[in-house]
Amino acid sequence: MTARRRVWLVTIIGILLLAGAAGYGIAAWADHRARVSAPSEVDSVVTDARPAGARVVFRNTALGAGYGLVASVPLSDPTAARSLTDLACDRVYATADLQSCLHIDRGVVTTFNGTLSDASGRELRSWPLAGVPSRTRISADSTLIAATSFVTGESYATVGFATMTTISRTDGSQDYGNLEDFTLVVDGVRITAPDRNVWGVTFGDDDTVFYATAASNNQTWLVRGDLAARTLTAIRATAECPSLSPDGARIAYKKEVSGTATPRWSIAVLDLATGAETILPEERNVDDQVVWLDDDTLLYGLGRDGAIGDSDVWAVAADGGGEPELFLAHAWSPSVVR
Amino acid sequence: MYISFSDRRGGVTSPPKSATKVSSVVVSLGVVSMLTDISSESVAAILPLYITGVIGLSTVAYGFIDGLYQGISAFVRIAGGWAADHGDQPKWIAFFGYGVSALARVGLLFAAGFGTLVGVLALDRLGKGVRTAPRDALIAASSEPDNLGRSFGVHRMLDTVGAAVGPLLAFVILFFIPDGYSTIFVVSLAFAILGVVILGIVVPNTRPRADRAAAAAVPRPAARFSWRQLADPRLRRLLLCAGLLGLLTIGDGFIYLVLQSRGAFAAAWFPLLYVGTNVAFLLLAIPLGRLSDRFGRGRVFIIGHVALLAAYISAALPVAGPLVTILCLVLLGTFYAATDGILAALASQCAPEEARASGIAAAQTVVALTRLVASTGFGLLWFSLGRENAMLIAAAALALVIPAAALLLRGVVSRQPTR
Repeated sequence: MTARRRVWLVTIIGILLLAGAAGYGIAAWADHRARVSAPSEVDSVVTDARPAGARVVFRNTALGAGYGLVASVPLSDPTAARSLTDLACDRVYATADLQSCLHIDRGVVTTFNGTLSDASGRELRSWPLAGVPSRTRISADSTLIAATSFVTGESYATVGFATMTTISRTDGSQDYGNLEDFTLVVDGVRITAPDRNVWGVTFGDDDTVFYATAASNNQTWLVRGDLAARTLTAIRATAECPSLSPDGARIAYKKEVSGTATPRWSIAVLDLATGAETILPEERNVDDQVVWLDDDTLLYGLGRDGAIGDSDVWAVAADGGGEPELFLAHAWSPSVVR
Repeated sequence: MYISFSDRRGGVTSPPKSATKVSSVVVSLGVVSMLTDISSESVAAILPLYITGVIGLSTVAYGFIDGLYQGISAFVRIAGGWAADHGDQPKWIAFFGYGVSALARVGLLFAAGFGTLVGVLALDRLGKGVRTAPRDALIAASSEPDNLGRSFGVHRMLDTVGAAVGPLLAFVILFFIPDGYSTIFVVSLAFAILGVVILGIVVPNTRPRADRAAAAAVPRPAARFSWRQLADPRLRRLLLCAGLLGLLTIGDGFIYLVLQSRGAFAAAWFPLLYVGTNVAFLLLAIPLGRLSDRFGRGRVFIIGHVALLAAYISAALPVAGPLVTILCLVLLGTFYAATDGILAALASQCAPEEARASGIAAAQTVVALTRLVASTGFGLLWFSLGRENAMLIAAAALALVIPAAALLLRGVVSRQPTR
């Protein structure tokens, strides 16, 4: 083959390959447009007014218009038409007074940010995240906010598992910084390994105590954190993304049960007084920070099979005495506001 | 027998090349690397989003698998270098490596769970490990000793253009199609195949050993590859020097984390800091490569580490702000531009032609492994002494080692062939 023919051959193959890829992309884009402009799969109303009364606030994942927006339904009737806000969040948590929203801002330059807003939806403050949003919580009295993100933006060689979790006061008066800088103690020994990570905060009912997950060397611990002493003390091994019950007596968390490199999580509930752990009868892989609907029931999100980007919120009895039930279809990241 | 690099001058291994122009083979290899990097970096950039958003997992298992990858990569790199020298077919070994990575892209289209994704990425790393040293040996074989630095500079520039374009392309696709991961995988596959096609069709099958034998005035059997050819004292000094400096080269990630903890600017742009480093790298790759041809490759290699030292200091300084962040990224880019291609050039200069790919592979493996040790060790310092202190200690150690490394390299540089 002459040099000229080689160049022609390569040019033709190149045009075919790139045209094929571009064609695929255009078809995918047209498909996406069609899905977004289609009416929502569920009844929903767009409203500026925040619904009053007890409600569940969540990320709407029903395909079609309103996908990804923060929505709410009355606690008494989760199947009622959802009230949609215009705020898009990947992870959301609300109390009666405040709402924390972690969002991916897509673009040629994709960034990750957190936004705290008040009950009327007015933005109070916004801050950059180190990567993909993971978890967020506000304390019951709305004084403390926690946010966990993955640390991303690294190139191939350094894609590792790293999280960044921060706690600050919601009024902006104090930032407790990255929880990795807190002193981590396991069985009386201080852990200083460089691969420490902390994620998934849940707050107690005073302004000092919180619970979270700490990890190092492929082990995880449920830790009790102290904001004043800046310490994390392990109280149980193999527990992630804790969630403290409204009565403060139990902690629900996801528990790794596979023992292999590909994790599989079940939900477990720990009685803080007795130390008894109950594994709940949920056979599917739960990768979420559960929330308590009330003192007896847990809510958590699960991806929908075969529907990329869609998920449902399920409910299960916290005492292990009942099968999981679908609570809210096409929803993610629920929180209960009373 | 020992054949020094300067012996090549008499040979007619390839058509005469002007010392000031870079061979079209080098440009072709650069384009292949650019397309392959667009392919791999577009996927790498969105991987965290994909794992959390679509596969629906936190990236937990990733950390320790990453260590495994590094091990695979180092091992197959040596194997790739050896195979290229042993069979005297560097092009086809490189082709195999690029092909394996392209095949991994096909796997991505069907990877539904975390397990398959990990397997597919391992395959991709395997291909990357195999191809690097044979490809660099081809670059060396297609260049004159006089413009070796410039040739590697051109190659690394094109390579880094791909690394910068890939993530942008991926994010543009996600901007238009928020769940367009399959589109990204298809585009990535197209670029990977195109790279392999160009390598297969356009790049000539340079066979260093056979070409030499054919070119010899008096027919003699082609020299066979043997490990002993790597015993050249110059190569040993280079490996020692690269290893010493590698032990004090902490991962970029740590530097970015220090910058992030220092100022709001770096924190807001954290996910994009590596893009800044890449831009500096691609802008400086050719100028520093040319400089190395005139001023000495060993010297530029050392200057690169001085830039790294300056990057450590600028990150640890108690001043924050956009300027310090940008300065630090430029210094990091300078470090890569002055060391990445130059190391391959130095290694090919120090190894006989029959063992060139193995020599390059040995140098790159030494650097990869010592950097792994450096990052682990630095992580320990980080948590026992705090960010800034750890950074200053690394800087102090590097400041002590640089003069020693410069002395070691003098022996390598002074025997550089002159025309």
